[in-house]
Amino acid sequence: MTLPLFRHNRANRVVTFDEYREEGGFEGLKKAFTGMSPAEVQQTVIDSGLRGRGGAGFPTGRKWSFVPRDLPGPRWLICNCDEMEPGTYKDRVLLEHNPYSLIEGMTLACYALGVRHAFIFIRKGYEKAAANLAHGIEEAKKAGLLGEKILGTEHSIDLDLHLSAGRYICGEETALINALEGRRPNPRQKPPFPAVKGLWQGPTVVNNVETLANIPAIIANGSAWFKGLALNPEGAGSKLFCVSGSVKNRACVELPIGTTLEAVLDACGGMREGRKFKACIPGGASTQFLKPEHMKLPMDYDTVAKAGSRLGSGGVIVFDESHCLVEATLNLITFFARESCGWCTPCREGLPFVREILTRIENGRGEEDDIAILREHVKYLNYTFCALAPGAMAPLDGLLRDFEDEVREHIVKKRCPLK
Amino acid sequence: MIPETLKKALEARVASAITAREAAVDVMKELQAHYGWLTDEAVEEAASLLGLSPLQVEELATFYEMIYRRPVGKKVIHVCDSISCWCVDCDGIIEHLKEKLGVALGGTTADGMFTLLPCCCMGMCGDGPAMSVGGIPYGKLTPELVDEILEMERQKI
Repeated sequence: MTLPLFRHNRANRVVTFDEYREEGGFEGLKKAFTGMSPAEVQQTVIDSGLRGRGGAGFPTGRKWSFVPRDLPGPRWLICNCDEMEPGTYKDRVLLEHNPYSLIEGMTLACYALGVRHAFIFIRKGYEKAAANLAHGIEEAKKAGLLGEKILGTEHSIDLDLHLSAGRYICGEETALINALEGRRPNPRQKPPFPAVKGLWQGPTVVNNVETLANIPAIIANGSAWFKGLALNPEGAGSKLFCVSGSVKNRACVELPIGTTLEAVLDACGGMREGRKFKACIPGGASTQFLKPEHMKLPMDYDTVAKAGSRLGSGGVIVFDESHCLVEATLNLITFFARESCGWCTPCREGLPFVREILTRIENGRGEEDDIAILREHVKYLNYTFCALAPGAMAPLDGLLRDFEDEVREHIVKKRCPLK
Repeated sequence: MIPETLKKALEARVASAITAREAAVDVMKELQAHYGWLTDEAVEEAASLLGLSPLQVEELATFYEMIYRRPVGKKVIHVCDSISCWCVDCDGIIEHLKEKLGVALGGTTADGMFTLLPCCCMGMCGDGPAMSVGGIPYGKLTPELVDEILEMERQKI
């Protein structure tokens, strides 16, 4: 079965506009603009079971349905390409090979939502992806597939790029909206949710690159086709897994939802020579560890959640027996502490405190009480404005749940046992 | 003072935005490219172009890691220290960079060529250890490769 996202990819270069069209590109757009109502497009996306690929896994069609139909004034669509979750590089790989699926997907989403003007928010460092998109947008416009009166219909849609300047928090949807408006990118308090009051106070949908890039194939082939791609009955579609750490060939691969963890690692050549799998983080920095016993676990949102972690962004970070997981968690917490925007106290003060304690433990100066203090913080750091601190607590919670012995060994031996 | 051509280009960028301040990051980036870093003068120029107060621009400038509010070398090195690069010993690469350049993290080389800064995940997790030099990304770093890149980047100016 042909999976939707990487099917147009060429080795080491971006697919051309003509190649994309010859392979069925923009067929979904044609189908929708000439024969489907916006409500039908939205219903197809709801029926497809597509879930947000940025990390939260929220059903995309349902997110769209929160936008009030009857509010006057403009409404907005923003594509979140602020890919800064450590271990996640799928959107970059996708856009460096093919900007067209995203452009077509956004045009379809705008049609479904009644949006006239949409933005792609691109992180610093993704200049190549941005250049591909800028070029792709021009070509789509020339071909009458974007811009004024698309395919001769009454619908006009514009896509603009916003190039950012770094900072993880910009990927949080309300912070992203502030950033796009040219305000300091602190998150906003919810409610009101962006679907009601977002960009310039108008109804706004924020979707991830991979999510939107799935839409053309869903519309062209139907929701049943998309659902059928998954290997497990609850799942739908494919997923980009970007694997890093101790595998032989670190790569971004597209596999059906429901592929086992073992098969994801096998697609990357398995473990590096002489390394033994210890644990992995399956969905980017803010997810909990999976262990060797999870090798046969189908990688799907619900099943991974039941196993105590999250599919998240699909950024699989693989640790082997030589890696100290206290130090790995310390690295993650250091990241989150640095990237905290400082807006609310538990995150701004709590993360550096957790970092200090983990540093102490890693350096052999930990005390027995530290484990309890860390556990308290896992609880308290949920009381925050946005998901940054709770996300940071996920790997720490996992460390204390699955590798408490390793933490305790640091404290008892007064040194890192792996050094 | 910025050259008239740059001023015109920035005014056009601001005029094309839905609201002026939406262009703030683009304006700061262009002024930074002109001055080498976002000087106090640049903050005031950005403010007048965007219809903001200098304090409002400062609020943005200090937020973004790729906007430099202090003098930096001709090329800034951002070396990733996030988890995927940690798995493949970015610590060793960072130590090598510090030694080779003779600076601590945050420092600028005596000849004013390079500033060394740690950075968060660059989205190059499949190619770590990774860094960017003057905006150019480099992956699969080894100490030898780092030496070659620094030499090449030195020559390129």
